[in-house]
Amino acid sequence: MLADLAAAVALLALTGYVVLGGADFGAGFWDLTAGGAERGAPVRSMIKRAMSPVWEANHVWLIFLLVVLWTGFPEAFGSITSTLAIPLFVAALGIVLRGGAFALKGEAATIAEARALGATFALASVIVPFFLGAAAGAIAAGEVPVGNASGDEWSSWTGATSLLVGVLAVAAGAHLAAVFLGADSRRRGETELVHAFRRRALGSGVVAGALAIAGLLVVRADVRPLYDDLTSGAGLACVLLSGAFGLVTLWLEWRERFELARYTAAGAVAAIVAGWAVAQEPYLLPPDLTVREAAAPDATLTALLIATALGMAILIPALAWLFRLALSGRLVYEDKPRP
Amino acid sequence: MIDGVLGGPVDQDYLLQARQMQAMSFAVHIPLVCFGIAFPAMVLFLEGLWLRTGDPLYRALAKRWSQAMLILFAVGVVTGTILSFEMGLLWPEFMATFGDVFGLAFMIEGFSFFMEAIFIAIYVYGWERLSPRTHALAGVPMVIAGITGSLMVISVNGWMNHPTGFSVENGEVVDIKPLAALFNDNLWHELVHMYLAGFIVAGFLVAAVYAFGWLRGRRDRHHRTGLAVALTVAALAAPVQMLVGDWAARTVAVRQPVKLAAFEGLQETTKGAPFSFLGGTIEIPDMLSLLAFHDPNATVTGLNSVPKDDQPPWHIVKVSFRLMVYIGSGLAALGAWFLWGWWRRGRLPRSVWFYRALVLAGPASLVALIAGWVTTEVGRQPWVVYEVMRTESAVTGASGIPVGFASLGLVYAGLAAVAFVMLRRLSRGPLEVGP
Repeated sequence: MLADLAAAVALLALTGYVVLGGADFGAGFWDLTAGGAERGAPVRSMIKRAMSPVWEANHVWLIFLLVVLWTGFPEAFGSITSTLAIPLFVAALGIVLRGGAFALKGEAATIAEARALGATFALASVIVPFFLGAAAGAIAAGEVPVGNASGDEWSSWTGATSLLVGVLAVAAGAHLAAVFLGADSRRRGETELVHAFRRRALGSGVVAGALAIAGLLVVRADVRPLYDDLTSGAGLACVLLSGAFGLVTLWLEWRERFELARYTAAGAVAAIVAGWAVAQEPYLLPPDLTVREAAAPDATLTALLIATALGMAILIPALAWLFRLALSGRLVYEDKPRP
Repeated sequence: MIDGVLGGPVDQDYLLQARQMQAMSFAVHIPLVCFGIAFPAMVLFLEGLWLRTGDPLYRALAKRWSQAMLILFAVGVVTGTILSFEMGLLWPEFMATFGDVFGLAFMIEGFSFFMEAIFIAIYVYGWERLSPRTHALAGVPMVIAGITGSLMVISVNGWMNHPTGFSVENGEVVDIKPLAALFNDNLWHELVHMYLAGFIVAGFLVAAVYAFGWLRGRRDRHHRTGLAVALTVAALAAPVQMLVGDWAARTVAVRQPVKLAAFEGLQETTKGAPFSFLGGTIEIPDMLSLLAFHDPNATVTGLNSVPKDDQPPWHIVKVSFRLMVYIGSGLAALGAWFLWGWWRRGRLPRSVWFYRALVLAGPASLVALIAGWVTTEVGRQPWVVYEVMRTESAVTGASGIPVGFASLGLVYAGLAAVAFVMLRRLSRGPLEVGP
């Protein structure tokens, strides 16, 4: 019971990161593909304005996830980080490059500086979700045994399922970002940008949906037990829910009703994450380590849950205030004039 | 002694590189933590001055500092993330075995980090469109979160040096008491020591920037105010730090006598142990006993009280301890001199040498900070959990540590260079003082 609750907290942290952190990486993807300095300027400026006040808070979901894992499921944490050291380290380096470049880009004085930092930010924004996704895929595929670097350091995360989840993570983040940025543009009354992000949202939404469906076939060939659990019972319910959310989102995007699409797009992604969790239940590290076996003693889990409850009681109102201020345009990013 | 739940020690040819990589990551992050602790309070103080006096200069200065604070916080966010990853990437056996003992502290730290990220963003981006009162109020949780976050990380470090809140049976960790681990006996002195260090480092570094400007002829009211506020913070903290240092050393003497022996390189257990200065050219009899126990005749445990294998590399500890103490004393003297002059004459000193010393004091405070951490962390070796788990048992079995070390080093060098250029640019821009 306590173990399941702790696992639910980890899942909440993961979902928070995939949706909110994922959207920030997706914004980096649109920055990367926005075109030349002049043509891409409106899109890039919108990204900068939308992301600046919130990206640090969004990033903390990842830290929170790591902390919950090593406190509540220490053995699994040590096994994951030692076997999947390569993708996780690349992701960590990417996080440094992404965050550092984004934070410092505001002070750039010349086009060349802004371009170099912007390119670093954008490129790293694609690398991080891919490698984190690949690591998650490796766990789902049952490639992480219990032990200190007991799994293969390369083949564990270079299987078809891993690569697929990596690509899906990039695509899902890009879609979320397009929707969020479309909604932000609408709030600010920037019609040109609304259209620009509508195209991007529809395109990435179709791609992400297609990847998810193709992904099921890949999983079927690669990790049959996972596929079976994703296509029956609660797993199937999550997959269908995600599909339904996805279709509604596309329709909302078509009608440019981005404000509502924020929630349905997030729902589609959250349902996939939940589906993964449900499908591999009761295992934390399939095929051997269950959530209950991996869980810390009750005293630790109790402390973890109480800390989470108290923490959330403070965090949620604070986050709500931050998002409300950011969305109502009261947190202003001053774009410095460039010489 | 414990080997760990993942299967015990592995062959790892690059244990030393793993430790160095971890040390480098901390050395990059800890200065940023100082700003995370002190900058919010300093900025909020300036805003408070503005609210009280209505003088727009204070607001302009607070706004300028808050921009630097945001950049340093962002860099701290990502370097802190590296640390979180490295805990598992480099020391999986340590995390797998003890994550459930000390994890509660990091849970609380995680929420503190959330709050700091949220309120720094509201504070820094809210200057224009929030009411002055709301804006200042948003600064309060920012200051508090800066304190609680560091408190929790310090708790874990204190625990590693004096592990409590669990028992060991047949090589397994049992009977975990998370709260007892959280409030370990090392927490309080380490916390106060680090907290003051935060104000000293942030204060002297900011003051050094203005002192450099003063030497270049930038001596207007804006620069004088910035210098006075930053320097006052550091000058008040530095002398107090010496008392706290004494408290810390006496605690180490009791709880980690072998570490204390490493401070002096004391080989044999000695009654009335001496303390040496300047590479041993000056040796004051009984002084180590006096420092450690406030008693010149006290017996100080020597390194040889434990087998060679259980001794820390004391040369490094000895040198870094002295570096910390010498620089710390110098900073305290400089701070005291400034405060005395301020009290007597009510103005900043006019001597060029004072400002030259200040320019030096900024980087020197950083050196002292790192030296202090080297003292306590290298002094903890060869243990990751003091006298319970050896560092070599904690290390990862994965290969590629040198590649990781080199690539992180390159990324950090680039990050430091760009951050330095950007912060310098920020500091040189004209200050826009509104009505």
